[in-house]
Parts: sequence; C-alpha cells; structure tokens
Amino acid sequence: MSELLDLPAASAAAAVRSGEIEARELFDAYRERAEQDELNAFTWVAEGPPAGGDQPDTPLGGVPLAVKDLFCTEGIPSQAGSRILEGYRPPYTATVVAKLNQAGAPLLGKTNQDEFAMGSSNENSGFGPVLNPWDRTRVPGGSSGGSAAAVAAGLAPWAIGTDTGGSIRQPAALCGIVGMKPTYGACSRYGMIAFASSLDQAGPLTRDVTDAALLLRHMVGRDTCDSTSLEFPGEIEPPSAESLQGIRLGVPEELAGSEGGVEAGVREQFDRTLKLAEELGASVEPCRLRHAPHALSAYYLIAPAEASANLARFDGVRYGLRVDGSSDLITMYNRTRSAGFGAEVKRRIMLGTYALSSGYYEAYYGTAQKVRTKISEDFRDAFEAFDFIVTPTSPWAAFELGAKTDDPLAMYLNDFCTVPMSLAGIPAISIPCGLSDGLPVGFQLAGPAFSEGRLLDAAYALESAIGFDGNAARV
Amino acid sequence: MSEHGYEPVIGLEIHVQMKTRTKMFCACDVTFGEPPNTHTCPVCLGLPGALPVANERAVHFALRIGLALGSEIAGRSIFHRKNYFYPDNPKGYQISQYDIPLCRGGRLGEVRIHRVHLEEDAAKLNHLGQSGRIHGADRSWVDFNRCGTPLVEIVTEPDIRSPEQARDWLVVLRETLRQIGVSDVDMSQGSLRCDANVSVRPSRTHELGTKTELKNMNSFAFLERGVRKEIERQVQLLGSGDTVVQETLHYDPAGDRLTPLRSKEEAHDYRYFPEPDLVPLLVTPEMLDGARAELPDELPIERAARFERELGLSAERARMLTFRPELAAYFERALAADGGGRDPSAIANWIEQLIERIGSNADPARSNVAPESLAALAAMVQAREVSRDAAREVLTMLVERGGDPRAIVEREGLGAIKAGEDGQLAELVEAAIAADPAAAEQVRGGNDRATGPLVAYVMRETKGRADGGEVRRLILERLRQA
Repeated sequence: MSELLDLPAASAAAAVRSGEIEARELFDAYRERAEQDELNAFTWVAEGPPAGGDQPDTPLGGVPLAVKDLFCTEGIPSQAGSRILEGYRPPYTATVVAKLNQAGAPLLGKTNQDEFAMGSSNENSGFGPVLNPWDRTRVPGGSSGGSAAAVAAGLAPWAIGTDTGGSIRQPAALCGIVGMKPTYGACSRYGMIAFASSLDQAGPLTRDVTDAALLLRHMVGRDTCDSTSLEFPGEIEPPSAESLQGIRLGVPEELAGSEGGVEAGVREQFDRTLKLAEELGASVEPCRLRHAPHALSAYYLIAPAEASANLARFDGVRYGLRVDGSSDLITMYNRTRSAGFGAEVKRRIMLGTYALSSGYYEAYYGTAQKVRTKISEDFRDAFEAFDFIVTPTSPWAAFELGAKTDDPLAMYLNDFCTVPMSLAGIPAISIPCGLSDGLPVGFQLAGPAFSEGRLLDAAYALESAIGFDGNAARV
Repeated sequence: MSEHGYEPVIGLEIHVQMKTRTKMFCACDVTFGEPPNTHTCPVCLGLPGALPVANERAVHFALRIGLALGSEIAGRSIFHRKNYFYPDNPKGYQISQYDIPLCRGGRLGEVRIHRVHLEEDAAKLNHLGQSGRIHGADRSWVDFNRCGTPLVEIVTEPDIRSPEQARDWLVVLRETLRQIGVSDVDMSQGSLRCDANVSVRPSRTHELGTKTELKNMNSFAFLERGVRKEIERQVQLLGSGDTVVQETLHYDPAGDRLTPLRSKEEAHDYRYFPEPDLVPLLVTPEMLDGARAELPDELPIERAARFERELGLSAERARMLTFRPELAAYFERALAADGGGRDPSAIANWIEQLIERIGSNADPARSNVAPESLAALAAMVQAREVSRDAAREVLTMLVERGGDPRAIVEREGLGAIKAGEDGQLAELVEAAIAADPAAAEQVRGGNDRATGPLVAYVMRETKGRADGGEVRRLILERLRQA
C-alpha cells in the first residue's frame, strides 16, 4: 500500500496504463489518506471516484487530483477559503479542472487556502490554518497552502493551485515540493474565483518536475470562455535534460543580493544550487532588474484594486452568506460583508477601493501600472543576455504560525521574489533545493513568456543533481 | 425657444438594446417577456469564477450605429469596469466603456453626437409594496433575463434647444436605429431609453448653466413633458434669484413631477478602471466593411431631405413616407411606374388613401394594389379621365380584388363625364336649374356659393363620375350668359 502511495504521480499514471495497478485502488488509498488529514489541508474530500470507473486509457491514468478550493467544481463546495461562500456549490466546473478530469485525473478533494488567495501563510483561511507537514508548528505558505501541504505530506499525488503574486511557488518552496506558475494566459481562468484578474494563473503543485510537466501539459490551451487565454505554442513534453550546458543563468542583485533580506540558511542553499548549476554546465552571472524592488508596492496597488471589484459580487443577494435583520439594502450589504470577509480581505478591499478613487487613481493605480510596464521591460532586457533568471523563491523558510499575523507588511515581503514575475506575466517554477534547519528551501527559475518547456527541462536537470529527499514530510 | 428671456440647452443620453440573438458577454438568449430568470448563466448572474467574452455581433451592431451617425471609429477601444452596488448589478460593476469608447463624434440632422459606446444592461427589479421603488418596498425581486443584454449608449452634444426639438430628434434617431436594423427601439419595452441633461441660460449668452439630469422618461411624450417641466423649474429658480443645483431627477409621468434622486455630493464615485477580464476591442477593416455593407443606401433623414428637395414633398409628408421604409419603397416604385406626367405629391396622397384602407401598419406592397396600379390611377385622375370621387371607389375595389384600374373604370362605367360628351352634362345642368330655381336665381344675382346645391345635384345624378369643377364652370356659364 505505502509503496503505491510512494509512486510519483506520472509513474502511477504509467503503472495504471500498463495495468500494474488499478486506478480504483490508487484512488481509494489516497482518499483514505485525505480523509485522515491532520494538517487541515482539505476542505472537502470525495466519497469515491466519479462514475465512469477506472480510466486506464487516459493520459493521467485516473491518478486523483487535489484542487484548490477557489476552482469551481459543479455541485461540490467551492468556497475560496471564505466564510462568505460557506457551503456554496457552483453549477459549473472550472475549465482547468474539467480538462484535467477529462484527461483522467478525477477529483480527490478541495484544498484549503488563504481567503480569496490573499495571504502567504494560509492563516487567512476562513476554515482555519493549514499546518506544514515538515513541522506542524509552522505555516505551509500560501495562498495555495492546502494543495502544497497535501502533496508534500503524500495526502494527494498532485494538486493544482493558483498563483497571483507567488501563491503556488512560495507554498511549494515552504513545503519542499515543485510549484509552477505558467505564462499569464496559458491556462484558462474560467471558473477560478478571482482575486486579481490580470495576475491570477492556475498551475501545478507536484512532488517532482516530471509530474509538473505532465499535469501542466493537460492544463494549458486557449479557452473560448476566457478572452485572456492564449493558444499554447506546441506541447509540453516530459522533461529529460541531463545537463545545463550553454544555459545562461542571471542572478538579479535586487532580488537575490545581500540587501534582499534573504535568510542565511536560504542563501546557503541557493548558493549551493548555483554551484550545482555551474557543474551541470550553466553559466551564472549577476544581472539587474532595476525596478524589481518596486514590484511589491505596485503589486499591492494593482491586485487589491482588481480585488475590490472582483469581490463586490459577494453582496448577499444571490448566493453565499447573507445577514439580514433590516429591510434596508445598505445595512444588508454591510452586515453580510462585515461578517463574511476576514480581516485581510477587508484590508485589501479598502486599499483597492482607495487606489481607484476619484482623484487618487492616477497617483496610485496609474503609477503602479507604469511600474508594471517597467518591470516587464527589465525582464525583456534581461532575457536578451540570459536564458533564465534565478532567485530564492522565498526570502525565508517556513515560519511559525502566528509569527507574522500582526504585521501585514512583513507578511507581504514573502512575495518579494515572486511578485515581479507575476507582474511581467512570465512563467516561473520553484523546486526544492535543500534544507535550512530541517526546513525546505525553494529555488526559483523564471523564463520568457511560453518558455515552460525549457524551464521544466532546466528544472529537471537541476532536480536530478540536487537529489532532494521529501520523505520526511510524508505521513 | 426663448422662455422669459432664457434659452434651454439640452443634451440627450440614449440607451439602445441591441437585438442580437445572445447577450453582450455570454451565450444566453436576449428575450423580452419570458418567465423571470429563465435566460441566465454563470456569466450574466455574476457567479464566482465566471468571465465575460465580448459578443462579436453586438460590436458589429455598434459599428453600424457609429457609421450611420458618421462617428470616428476607434481601431482599438477598451472596456472598463464601472463599480457600484445595487441588486440589479450582479458583479458589483457594469462592464462599459470609459475614456476610450468605440465611437466618437458624428451627427444626426442638426444634433452633433459626442460619443457612442458599448455596455451591458442591468437586471430588472420588481418591487412589491406601495412605493413601487426599492426604497420602502416590502420585498424586491430580481429578474436577470435582461441582465447582460447588449446596450449601446449614444451621448449627444448639448445642441437641442427645446422640448419639442428633443422629442422630434429622438423620433429621427429611433427611426434611424430601426432602419439600420440594430434594435426594436420600443420605448414602452425599454429597448430605447432616454435621459436628458437640461440647463438654461440667459438668451444670447453662451456660457452653459448648471445642468440637471432627468431620468425615467419612457415615452416620447414624457421626454417632452419632463424636459419642459424642468425648463420651467429652472427658469423659475433663476428668475427668483435662486440657483440651479446639479442633481439627478426622476420624472414621474403620473403626477407630471420631478423628484430628486441624488445630488452632486451623493453622486457615485464609479472607480472606473480597465476591465482585466477582456482584451482590447480591435476593429479591423473587414469588420468596418461588414458593418458598412449592412447599412441601407440612404438613412431615413437623408431620404426625407431628398423627397423634399427633389420631389417637392412637404416635410411632414416626406417623413411620413421615409420613416416607414416600406412606404418609401412603394412610393418610389409607383413614381417609377409607367404613365408619365406624374405628380409626386398626388402619388403620396394616394398612398395615404391606400393606407386608410389597408390599415396604418400594413405594408402596401403586400396589398392587392400594385404600385403601378396606384400610379395609373393617379395619372387618370390627373388627366381628368376619372373624377376624384370615382377614383376613390376604384381604389376600394383595387384593395378588395386587385386588378387594372383602367379596366375597372371601364367595366364599372366610372369614367369621367365630360362637357360636350353626348350633351349629357348640359342636360343635367338644365335639370338641376329646373329642380332648384331659387339657387339658380341667387347665382344669377352674383352669389357664386349658391352653385353648391346645383353642383351636388349633378354629382348625385352622375354618381360622382362628373368633374365637380367642370360642372361648376358649366353652371356659371349657363346662368351668366350675356
């Protein structure tokens, strides 16, 4: 049994396809694990695989999938980590989830997350924090903390999450797994409960790079229901690179330099990984992303501004929570939203509302958009000299629960190294590169738009050289 | 118009529902009068995770409008989110266009167009309770069938100077929109809605006064009445030394009253920002060509001007024909028909006669009367081959059974009885004089009006086939012979 659960997802899919194992057996084994979840990683677990039986002929072979709560799943609670959507069961399924189901990955469960994907520790969930499987006194990162913890702990073979400013990469780093944010537009956003529309992207959280490639292969593609989605050029192939010969890696001073506030233990693992890259044939040079230090400020205007509009629909009129008690419409709105939203969500709605207000728009939202353009230009220039930009994924390893909840600005710094790529809309992957005091450290590689295939190859070569062992986190 | 030394300045904001098959941002059918909430989906209900996709056909319709109004079409325009909370607005924002609209500028008749843009309609609220409005309602229901219907907003420049002009111009706009085939333009069903911005200023000055915005004028008459009411109110305020406050007013047609909705201080801050769920709207030359190809050769206002200029029709008659394109088409076919020496006004007159007989909404081309037949009948009247009264009878027969008017005249013996023809008229004139010697005596005495009963006698005897003018001439000739 445990051997079954030790199989990486892509290997399990191959084993189902070749008839070595039964998809049903695999599903049941994971379902049992997910049921006994002690990390609060799941908000809902399936009772069984969907009707239609085993899926031995499908590319994903019936290997079950954990899905972040904010993906709409027909008839199944989809609450985006918020009390305002408690018990909400959508009448339709998100495109990405439907595609993965179609490709043979049945829904195992829905995973916990920061409310509306706003957070970096999963402590902002309306359904309680998720615990880090490496150390249950610590956070798993966020906002896709449930997906990351479930995969790291072996409660799910693989998972999907969403990344707006680092919400896949940072929890993947803190939980010692692989997480990838694709190019903006590569995956349909249809059915993803929106945080910040111009930044949100779905992506895989997996045990290894091979699993990430397989899952992503079946997520991408233009969707007529999402105007901002794009045709993915070519197919994502299983990664196979063994060396990094000729690959030029740029290390941005602004994100990975000594002034970046990167923890010593994280820096040590990062530097060690750079050496491994060089041993694999890569060149490693410093580079500049001059506007990257302003990314966080721009992000915390643009994302809340979009969120303030995206979250206006939660008004108690049609679905989700409604607090009545007055015949007055405004009072109903106030009571419903006051009761339904958590503190961080309220903070961002207010920030965003302010940034868009008459008389402040240009100074805040307008300026932030200009910074965003500058950041994109920085990356474009950098990619003329480098194949990939590399940074630590997070400035630090998993921190203790409650350590940063009183200081939102300190919490926002979690995203310091991941936000610039989100603003630029470019793909980035985090792979585990070692341990710092027994806690995993993430290594981030970012490439130009639609370089996912090359990124996965490079990450695969590094992964083999690093030889990270995630077993300590498995239940 | 000058009202006690003040000149009104009026601009209109018109919302037009496009008659596309589907809604602006989803695939739900556009409907009217269906059971509530039967044409909805995650997108138009604003469900979590749903995304809009712009309706290409609605863009095409908006382009037709922009081209018809002579607007400048933006090659690239963008959608914005207009944020406000209200139960008819399920996303908490309306997708509209803001600083980069699809069309700018243009003109229809004497009124310049400021801009034309695309947006989505709100849901419909039904309030239970005496107030009929959300404030004070016992309960309110939301019907999302209308939500997401494609809307085009047309904003005019403040070029209108009277309530009557506002009404007349809106009629012209409605006809234009109907004839380019983009909307049902029915004010009672809400597919055409009009708000007005009204201000007044001392006559012969140019600075604009403080304006108010009038809403809820859902008929042409209410538009005229509401605007008139507001002009009166503003003139009275200024006349008594008060000032006009910038505010939005609700017109209540039942009481012919204006009630304040909200003042400038309470005005919404809509926090417009570019809609991140939609890509910029790009208009290709092919799209422009496609829209242009579906416009009629002539807009109603152009056609009416041509009818006035080239055919000498009165303005009223030109509009009567051109605002019903089927009438104008019938009219032009009749004009083109053989017969020679036609009088366009006479043919227009006979079309009015025809409409009286077939019903005011019927298409004459679908009646039994071919335009060629109508032209032939008009020509016969003009040539005095048949009297006007007899021709009306012929028309009635044509409506009933169709056929050739000349053959009907012959078959029914309705041809005009002319002077000198078998001496028949002269005999009848003698008989009339014999029958009413008193009248004859008055005519002899110089009273022309006394010919009336004598003419009537002859007309009666000929069953209307004689030409009244001719008969009168004969009577005068006979009674005033030297």
